[in-house]
Amino acid sequence: MTRKNRRLYLIITGLVLLGSAAALVLTALSDYVTLFQSPTELLANPQYEREIQLGGLVEEASVDRLSDGVTVAFRITDLQSSVPVTYKGILPDLFREGQGVVTIGSFQNDGTFLAREVLAKHDETYMPREVADALKASGKWRPESGETPSHGGNGGYGGD
Amino acid sequence: MIAELGHFALILALIVALVQGILPMIGAARGYPGWMAMAKPAALFQLLFVTLSFAALTHAYVVSDFTLLNVVQNSHSAKPMLYKISGVWGNHEGSMLLWILILALFGSAVALFGNNLPATLKARVLGIQAWIAIGFLAFSLFTSNPFERIFPAPINGQDLNPLLQDPGLAFHPPMLYLGYVGFSMAFSFAIAALIEGRVDAAWARWVRPWTLLAWCFLTGGIALGSWWAYYELGWGGWWFWDPVENVSFMPWLLGTALLHSAIVVEKRNSLKVWTILLAILTFSLSLIGTFIVRSGLLTSVHAFATDPERGLFILLLLCLTIGGSLILFAWRAPALKAGGLFSPISRESGLIMNNLLLATACGTVFLGTLYPLFAEAISGEKLSVGPPFFNATFGPIMAPLIFLTAIGPFLSWKRADLKGVLQRLWLAGGLAIGAALLTHYLIVGGPVLAALGMGLAAWLFVATLTEWCGRIRLGRAPLSESWQRLKGLPRSAHGMTIAHSGLAIVLAGVVGASAWKQEAVENLKPGESIELAGYSYLFEGARPVTGPNYDAERGFFKVSKDGEAITDLSPERRIYRVQGMDTTEAAIHTTGLADLYAVIGQSDGQGGWTVRIFYEPLVPWLWLGSLVMILGGVVSLTDRRLRVGAPVRRRPARLSHGPGPGKGTKGTLPAKGSAGGGHRVGA
Repeated sequence: MTRKNRRLYLIITGLVLLGSAAALVLTALSDYVTLFQSPTELLANPQYEREIQLGGLVEEASVDRLSDGVTVAFRITDLQSSVPVTYKGILPDLFREGQGVVTIGSFQNDGTFLAREVLAKHDETYMPREVADALKASGKWRPESGETPSHGGNGGYGGD
Repeated sequence: MIAELGHFALILALIVALVQGILPMIGAARGYPGWMAMAKPAALFQLLFVTLSFAALTHAYVVSDFTLLNVVQNSHSAKPMLYKISGVWGNHEGSMLLWILILALFGSAVALFGNNLPATLKARVLGIQAWIAIGFLAFSLFTSNPFERIFPAPINGQDLNPLLQDPGLAFHPPMLYLGYVGFSMAFSFAIAALIEGRVDAAWARWVRPWTLLAWCFLTGGIALGSWWAYYELGWGGWWFWDPVENVSFMPWLLGTALLHSAIVVEKRNSLKVWTILLAILTFSLSLIGTFIVRSGLLTSVHAFATDPERGLFILLLLCLTIGGSLILFAWRAPALKAGGLFSPISRESGLIMNNLLLATACGTVFLGTLYPLFAEAISGEKLSVGPPFFNATFGPIMAPLIFLTAIGPFLSWKRADLKGVLQRLWLAGGLAIGAALLTHYLIVGGPVLAALGMGLAAWLFVATLTEWCGRIRLGRAPLSESWQRLKGLPRSAHGMTIAHSGLAIVLAGVVGASAWKQEAVENLKPGESIELAGYSYLFEGARPVTGPNYDAERGFFKVSKDGEAITDLSPERRIYRVQGMDTTEAAIHTTGLADLYAVIGQSDGQGGWTVRIFYEPLVPWLWLGSLVMILGGVVSLTDRRLRVGAPVRRRPARLSHGPGPGKGTKGTLPAKGSAGGGHRVGA
C-alpha cells in the first residue's frame, strides 16, 4: 500500500465519519433543541405539546400544593404576564417565591404549563441569565433582584 | 501579615515564571547551556513560592481570618475543619491558586526527573510550562486575587455553599484539576516538539505516562463529580449533559484519543502530526473546561461561580494559548516527517478509527454544549440543548467505537489477518448475542436498544478477556507456562485489559441505569409505604436533627423485600443556618446490582411528607467500572517500559532530523522519572 493510497483511505474514512456525524447532529438539533421562553413570549405565541423551557420568577403567594400532596402548582411571571405551572415531584432546594427558576415541560391546551423538571440555580444569589434577560425585556429588571433576593428562613412555600 | 506574605509569594512566583519562560527558551534557541539550565531551579522556586502562597491562604481558612474577603465569602467559623480546608478551592480565586499549584508541581516533576531528556527539549518544555503559569498567575493577581483584605472585618463569614460541603466535592476539584493540568504536560511537550521540529519514539515515551496520569485523574475527577451529583442533588441521576459536565468530558474524550495515538508514535513512529494536534486540542479543551463556566458564557445548573467581568481576560488567555499554538502547529507541523506504512486492516488503522470516533464524539459534545451560545449570537433565539440531543448523537458514535474496541487489541501492527481475528472472537460474539437475548427475555418490555447495549458490553468484556487469555495461552498451554507468560506480559498490556474491561462495566452500568430506572413520588404519612421494583419502603416518620452548622429533618424508612427486612434508609433535608439554604441528602443502599435511593421533600404541614424513591439498577457498576478503568491506567503507568527505559530496539529510531540518534536514544531512558514523578504526585 502506498502512502498516497493510505492517505486516500484515511480521508475517505474521515469524511464518511464527519458526514454521518454532521447528519446526526443536524437531525438531533432540529428535533431536540428546546426553546427558552418567558411567560409573555409563551402567551403571545403559544406552542402546545412541544418541549420548551419556561423561565421567570416564581410569583409571590402563588405556590399551592394540590390535594394529592405531591403536585405543586405555582405561577411563573416576568412581572408582565404570568403562566400557571403544575409540577409533580420534589422541588429543588433553592425554589422560593420571588426567586428565578427555569421549568422544562410543555404548554397544555388548558393554558397551564406541565413541568417535567424545575431548575433553580445552586446559588441563591443567582438569577438564570435567561430569566434576567426576560425581565429586562419586560422592563421589570431590578438589578438588585439579581443579587440577593429576599428570602425568609426556609422560603415562602411548603412550610404552611 | 501571613496573607500579605502569601500575596507577595504569588508575585515572586510570577517573576520567577517570567525568568523561566524567557531565559531557557533563548538558551535553547542559541545553544547557551547555562541559560537552559536556569529552567530547573526556576521551576523549583516557582513551586516553592506557589506552595507558600497556597499555604498562606489555607492558613487563613483554617484560622478563619475574616479580614480576607475570600474567607468571608466562603467560610464560617462553625464549619467543620474538612470543609474549611476544601473551602480554599471551593471558590473561584482559591481554585485558580490550586490550578497554579498543580501546574508548578508538574513543572518541578519534569525539572527533577527529566535529567535524561535532551537539554533543549527539557528547557523548552519547562519554558512553555512557565508561559502557561504566567498566564494563570497574571489572571490570579490582576483579576482574582485571593488575598484581598476587607475593612471593616465582619464578625463571621458567609459560609461555603452548602452543596459544596460534602466529602465527594471536597476532592472533586483537585482531581479534576490534576487531570486538566496534567494535559498541560502533553501540551508543553507538543509545543516544544514543534519548535524543535522533531518527534520520535522517545518523545512519545515521555508524553504517554503524563497523559496517562492526567487521564487517570480526570477519569477519577469526572466519576467523583458524577457520584456527587448522584447522591447530593437528590435527582436520582448521575449525568445530566450539563455544560459543566460536558466541559470536563471533552478533554477526557480527546485525552483518551491522545493516549492511544501516542502508542502509534511510540511503536510505529507514525501519526506524529495528528498526535501533536491532539495534545494541543486536549489541553485547549482543559483550559476551556476551567474557564468557560466561570466566564458566565454558559449558564449551567451546577456551576458554583460565575463572573462575567473576568470574561475578557479569560477570552484573551484562551485565544492566545489556543490560537497561538494552532498557528505554530500550522507553521511547523509540515516539517515533521511521516512514519511507517500500514494496511487498512492493522492495529494502526484500528487506533486511527479509535481516534476518529473519539474526536467525532468530542466534536458533537462540543457542538451541543456551545450551540446555544452560537444560536443566541446569530439569531438571538434563546434555546438549550438537553440530554436528548446528546443521547441521539453521542450514542450512535460511541456504539461502533466500543464495538471496535473489542477487536482492536487483536490486530497486529502493519498488517493484520482479519479473518483470523474474527475466528478468535466467536466466543465473545456468541456470548454477546446470548447476553442481549437474556436481557431481552429477563426484562420483558424493556427497550430493545438496552438489550443491544448489554450485548455490546458483554462483547467488549469477553473479547478483552479472550485477548488477554490468548496472550498468556491460557488453556492452550500448561498452567505453569501460562503463569510464566502472565508474569512476562508487559504491565501496559495488563493495564489495557483492565481499562477496557472497566469500560465494559461502565457501559453495562450506563445502559442499565438509563433503561430500567424506576421512580415513585408520593405524599406519605407515617405508617404508609411505597412499593417500587419489588421493594417496599415503609415510612416511619421524620424528626428534626441538628448538625454542626445545619438543622435537618430526617426521614426514616424500613425497606423490605417479600417481607424480609433489607435495610433502613434515612434521607435528610438540611437547612444550613448561615446561608438559609436547603440541601437534599439522599439515602442510598446498594445491593451491588442496584441502588435503592430515597429522598425526602417538603412536609405538607398535615403530617405528610413528599417522598421520592428511585430504583437505580446497575448504577454501582458505573463507579466500579470507573475505578477499574483508573486501575488499568495505574497498572499501565507502572510498566517497566515507562519506568526504566526502552526495550532493546531492533533498529535505530527513525529520526527525521535533529541532533543525531545519540540524543534520541538518550531520550528514551528518562521515562523512569516520568512515571516516578507521576507516582509522587499521585500519592
